[in-house]
Amino acid sequence: MAGLELLSDQGYRLDGRKATELRKVQARMGVFAQADGSAYLEQGNTKALAVVYGPHEVRGARSRSRHDRAMINCQYSMATFSTAERKRRPHGDRKSTEMSLHLKQTFEAAVMTQLYPRSQIDIFVKILQSDGGNYSVCVNAATLAMIDAGIPMRDYVCACTVGFVDETPLADLCYAEEGGGVSSLALALLPRGGQIALLQMDARLHQDHLEALMEAAMTACKGVSKVLDEVVRLHLQEVSVLSAE
Amino acid sequence: MATVQVSEAEKVYILHGIRDDLRVDGRGCEDYRHMEIETDVVSNTDGSAKVTLGHTAVLVGIKADIGKPRPGVPNEGYLEFFVDCSANATPEFEGRGGEELGTELSNTLYKVFNNKHSVDLKSLCISAGEHCWVLYVDVLLLQCDGNLYDAISVAIKAALFNTKIPKVHISADEEGGKEIELSDDPYDCMRLDVENVPCIVTLCKVGHRHVVDVTLQEKACSVASLIISVTHTGTVTCTRKVGGGSLDPESIFEMTEAGKRVGKALHAPLMKLLQQEESLGKTRQKVGFLG
Repeated sequence: MAGLELLSDQGYRLDGRKATELRKVQARMGVFAQADGSAYLEQGNTKALAVVYGPHEVRGARSRSRHDRAMINCQYSMATFSTAERKRRPHGDRKSTEMSLHLKQTFEAAVMTQLYPRSQIDIFVKILQSDGGNYSVCVNAATLAMIDAGIPMRDYVCACTVGFVDETPLADLCYAEEGGGVSSLALALLPRGGQIALLQMDARLHQDHLEALMEAAMTACKGVSKVLDEVVRLHLQEVSVLSAE
Repeated sequence: MATVQVSEAEKVYILHGIRDDLRVDGRGCEDYRHMEIETDVVSNTDGSAKVTLGHTAVLVGIKADIGKPRPGVPNEGYLEFFVDCSANATPEFEGRGGEELGTELSNTLYKVFNNKHSVDLKSLCISAGEHCWVLYVDVLLLQCDGNLYDAISVAIKAALFNTKIPKVHISADEEGGKEIELSDDPYDCMRLDVENVPCIVTLCKVGHRHVVDVTLQEKACSVASLIISVTHTGTVTCTRKVGGGSLDPESIFEMTEAGKRVGKALHAPLMKLLQQEESLGKTRQKVGFLG
């Protein structure tokens, strides 16, 4: 595409990052007092708010409750002012439903649901500003919210979207890169065991490149997990200092 | 609305307290909770504001778009409201659960704000009958702890103050039609005059007294409420009674007087705060939800 160089000759991307560099991650846990767990996470210009309610009794259809594990219910929605073009419906469209299902699948792999039979855990994620990597930012924010709610998980769930341009994998795509004809792959990882909770790609990629791309994604996710770990420890320090006094 | 269950003993306790002008959290009957306002929190909107009133949290984003003026009023722009009661506030709002409350809130907002006395709609006109600015005001409800109308109206006023509408130049193109050019300079923008924008005050009747800024628990003990929108001069622009109970005319008169008093006192500190925040300019540290 003329004029839009996703990766320059010197190795710099559109926003000045190098190929393996992640965007700046800033997060805060315990944003809302009324929810069981909440977190706010910013990755570059993408901002997401995640709220967790539960575990509680299954609402609505009793028949949906599972006798041996908890049910995880996710809803992904975007604020109407989050995108450049105003979005008419915050949720209910196909893309949001698909994202909600992906989130559900991701967290079912990580949460120890067998500890809470016949109950339900709700995860609600809201995108306040969208600049690429929506799914990854949601997963990262929801992980922090789950930890804030005190729901036992096997490991942090970290996600990252990577793309392949000019034989180089780019970590953590922004909106301009996602739309610029890049084959993008979204990966959700449980870092310590190296287990993949979700892998999604809908673009054309030569199979020789797949391994390199997945490696790049896993490295990026491990980077994200370090940041999230720091955020959690800082939050615990603050909370324990307050309650000790 | 997200409701709490209140037992009979708690109701009596709250009622007796309010009768003696002492609420559960120590406030008087006409005191507001701690309010925090921050503007310009969402960067890809033309104006935004976040208001936290006790535990109620509201985020408003305004996007300006060019549209066609409405048929009856060719030289005015207009405002479009959308209230999103998100599932963040309570799981009951999941899916389509929050739509009813959202529609009720946005209908009231149309009545209060979308008229030429509150906002100078003529300044939103670009060329009469053909182009005008449409301000899409999107309200996002993040946490619900009573008194939504007040928080939303303060947030809308702050967001309108913060809105920067780009200046347009109209030129004639080859076929004789009009071509609109937006100025490239991000600082070359028009600001709205929010002097006359009203603020909504909700008064709830609890026992024999009326109370401003109720929490969910106090709301559960009240029979009916009165919503009054008041401008900075103390003029009442819109009144509405909500709730299932009935009010006698004297109560309504008393509540209106109290609402005027409280509403008028709300505007001056709000404008001072907004101007102070604006004067900090680039040196202001944007906190948003990270603080």
